[in-house]
Amino acid sequence: MKLLTCPMNGPRNIDEFQSFGPVRAKLDPNATADRDWSRHLFRAENRKGILVEWWRHVPSNYFFLAERDLVTNEIIRTFDASQLRDRA
Amino acid sequence: MNRLPAPFGSRIDRSRRIRFTFEGKPFEGHEGDSIASALAASGQWVLSRSFKYHRPRGILSMTGADANALVQLPFEPNAAAERTPISDGLRVSAQNVNGSLERDRDAIMDMFGRFLPVGFYYRTFMGPRRDSWLKFWEPMIRRKAGLGVVDTKAPARHFDKTHLHCDVLVVGAGPAGLSAAITAAEAGADVVLCEENPEIGGALSYGRYDPAVLSGLSSRLAALPNLKVLTATVCNGWYEDNWLPLIQGNRLHRTRAREVILATGAIEQPAVFRNNDLPGIMLGGAAQRLIRHYGVRPGDSAVVLAAHDDGYRTALDLLDAGLSVVELVDPRPAGEAGPLEAELRDNGIAIRKGATVEAAEGTPGNRHLARVRVGGSWIACDLLAVSIGSAPAWQLPCQAGGKVGYDAATQTMTITLPQGPVHLAGAVAGTDEIKDAIADGQRAATAALSRLGHAVAVERPVTPKTIRPRYVQSIVADPKGRDFVDFDEDLQVKDLQNATKDGYREIELVKRFTTIGMGPSQGRHSALATARIVAEATGRTIGEIGITTARPPVGPETLGVLAGHHEVLERRTALHARHLALNAAMKPVGAWWRPYYYGDASSAEEAVREEILAVREGVGLLDVSTLGKLEIRGPDAGEFLDRLYTMAHASQPVGRVRYCLMLNEMGSVVDDGVAYRMAQDQFYVTATTGAVARVYADMLFWNAEWRLKVDVLNLTGAFSGLNVTGPKARQVLEALECDIDFSRDAFPYLSGRDGTVAGVPVRVMRIGFTGELSYELHCPSSLAPALWDAVMATGKPHGLRPYGLEASRILRLEKGHILIGQDTDAITTPDELGFGWAVSKKKPFFVGKRSIEMRARLGQTRTLVGLQFPAGARNIPGESCLVLRNGAPVGQITSVGYSPSLGHHIALAYVHVDDQAEGSSVTVKCRNGELVEAPVVAHAFFDPTNARQEI
Repeated sequence: MKLLTCPMNGPRNIDEFQSFGPVRAKLDPNATADRDWSRHLFRAENRKGILVEWWRHVPSNYFFLAERDLVTNEIIRTFDASQLRDRA
Repeated sequence: MNRLPAPFGSRIDRSRRIRFTFEGKPFEGHEGDSIASALAASGQWVLSRSFKYHRPRGILSMTGADANALVQLPFEPNAAAERTPISDGLRVSAQNVNGSLERDRDAIMDMFGRFLPVGFYYRTFMGPRRDSWLKFWEPMIRRKAGLGVVDTKAPARHFDKTHLHCDVLVVGAGPAGLSAAITAAEAGADVVLCEENPEIGGALSYGRYDPAVLSGLSSRLAALPNLKVLTATVCNGWYEDNWLPLIQGNRLHRTRAREVILATGAIEQPAVFRNNDLPGIMLGGAAQRLIRHYGVRPGDSAVVLAAHDDGYRTALDLLDAGLSVVELVDPRPAGEAGPLEAELRDNGIAIRKGATVEAAEGTPGNRHLARVRVGGSWIACDLLAVSIGSAPAWQLPCQAGGKVGYDAATQTMTITLPQGPVHLAGAVAGTDEIKDAIADGQRAATAALSRLGHAVAVERPVTPKTIRPRYVQSIVADPKGRDFVDFDEDLQVKDLQNATKDGYREIELVKRFTTIGMGPSQGRHSALATARIVAEATGRTIGEIGITTARPPVGPETLGVLAGHHEVLERRTALHARHLALNAAMKPVGAWWRPYYYGDASSAEEAVREEILAVREGVGLLDVSTLGKLEIRGPDAGEFLDRLYTMAHASQPVGRVRYCLMLNEMGSVVDDGVAYRMAQDQFYVTATTGAVARVYADMLFWNAEWRLKVDVLNLTGAFSGLNVTGPKARQVLEALECDIDFSRDAFPYLSGRDGTVAGVPVRVMRIGFTGELSYELHCPSSLAPALWDAVMATGKPHGLRPYGLEASRILRLEKGHILIGQDTDAITTPDELGFGWAVSKKKPFFVGKRSIEMRARLGQTRTLVGLQFPAGARNIPGESCLVLRNGAPVGQITSVGYSPSLGHHIALAYVHVDDQAEGSSVTVKCRNGELVEAPVVAHAFFDPTNARQEI
């Protein structure tokens, strides 16, 4: 079983975690055409490369982010959501 | 009896005799014997019949890997006879026989082999009709070619799971594994050593080696308290980040190791020639295991086929065991001269070089080996020990990312692993001799220790001094066939050649077309020969052909081990014992146990009816503790709820309770509840029982992005809820000792109060799921029984009656109140529920807002309405029955029930948007296929003006 290092709880078995999908671009709902909004909701790109994803540590209900290589399935790093905002 | 005197027989206790039966006949063995060894000691060599041709088969490897040594036990199919110990009274029978093992009616299949070409299934069973395979061929083949039989009435066995953590896990306790484990443990690491056999030592336990080597390693091992040895334990897979299942009997050790050293050894390979499957033809290691482990003489008169030192050692062992060794045949043109050869010659054994066994012949019925042909002449013998080389045990290394190659110099398979936390040691890494394996174990251990941060000098891999061929496999294809490459699946050389002629040139395709390597031994004895035959047939190298992908599990595992010991997870409210004391019929609702009604099953309908009437006419009490309860605190609490729910909460006054409806981003209804604003910066929010876990997660998920100043607390288990409802509810509460004014003006509908009732701190919300005057009292769960007792005692003179889930469902249905998940589905919008009133038009944003606006533009197609069925109607549709319009389905019934208050059946249903008006009539298809008409009525069947809840 894969290990995932939670920024708050340290390395834990991945079955303690729940994936909440890739971090998506922020869209202004009021300035987006219907077609683009549908794509935003339902279309997952699944491109080769590094993906930033939301993960939840279920017992502590803590949400954080992980960078994962979609080819090797290697988790490159994990970090708190506050860093995502700092970066944006 | 073929039993040898001590010191042969390290596993058996000669003082203890054990009686068992095989195929109904009595046999006797010693404590410690396996089924196969005890049978061999009594001269019973045939263990099964082969898969396709029903040829007699027996011991090949003594490792338990082969289909031919699988037997049926009373409660366990496919038990490995070579590994399963005998026990008193054990009834063992042979598998894959039609009739008996001795007289198998399907043995005639051996004569018709040419009608069973490779790919036979694909060629033959396609017709004559499209369903012929399912209807005719598959059942017939399953009867003919099955393995064991599962006894579905077998008594339950106990299985369990444990967790194991270590610095270094060493798989395999042969010389390399022992030395690796000892080196790592002596440096202070926490080490687990896992060995599938009952004893440590690997080849040292049965091979012809100096016993001092094993005893020296054993005594060092015994002195190490930080080295845990698990014998009779199979490491059955490698998973990401060094997570490995170790199976020890009925126990699964889920193991996480920081470093893993795989010392899985090598697998001895059989030779290919005509009739190479006869009982009496076995691998050299099998003969040595029979002699040293079990004290069983593997025959009387032996020929040894040897292309390796181990073959010469086997020949010497056979002499020691009292066999006459007729000849040693060495296919190498100039065999390795050395002390072993000289020792054999000193014993007068003839050694023939540059020759091989070309064919074998059996006794009548092919029940045992009778003679072998070498260089054109026949030699009589009853044992052929084959020791022509081995292949590294590639299964675990390949799962861990190892790549298979081929080394032409040693003529053997190689495995390379990328740099990382998995290391190879010993024969699996290519060492040939014991001392090299021991040195390689030390090297692997230092590599692991260095990665763990120990200050050790990392050594380079051991380079063997002599490079010599280690795998001289003689493949002697015979025009008449029966030159088996895969014993499990009865595949011969020509089958593989024909597959390549049919165009299946890649190894993975050859496997799928021929089924080679698909049997219980999973290619352990066939993968290399297959690669060689395919390479020759397609003009490529063995390295280019390779082997098929190795995946977990390494060997068969019982489902019980995977399932483990299972407890059903269940949740009970704090009032569970109170319900039981009141003779409640408890039912599971998700994980929770809830009272369905109070009373005996014989009077269930009556009980439900009385409970409903109590609420409508007097007062009832419902345990609503399973409701989700969330507390939202912080300066942004109002804003937070505004974004999550559809109604306005930022502007909600303190002390008021407001309905809340949650949508997902797609605009579908996912949850509802109420929000009680306890203070400017504090809300108490309920969620549906089934959805609270998700709502709680979603709240924090959204706020990970929004970063509003709020804290969310899940109080679902910490708080309990009691709903006191009915026209007399206020009288009961006012009669209780309390500091809350329950009067109509002081505590109006849809407001909340904090205070103390019967000495218990409570949060009270005046809401109305039943449509009657209702107060929901929430308190800390530890105090809930005290509150329940006080309400029950005080309510008694007022006729208060506890009611269960069934009454609650009918009560809410009479009011047309929806249940999320029952009356909604994955695409339900608020408009479809007629909940436009619950969606704020003023808020700039809430989750799902953008999508419901877009979906409104697409046009609404269905609406949830009430349907009414006439009193005494014969045919009432069930939940999920379709609503039809012009013969086409447009919706379905979501809830249905009999209303005692109204005296007829009522339902909620999705109907076409054009039929939503009260007075329309819709067509519903009942379970029995009949169509019934039902009039559409207002949502609230009972008390449509909602006067009763506001009294």
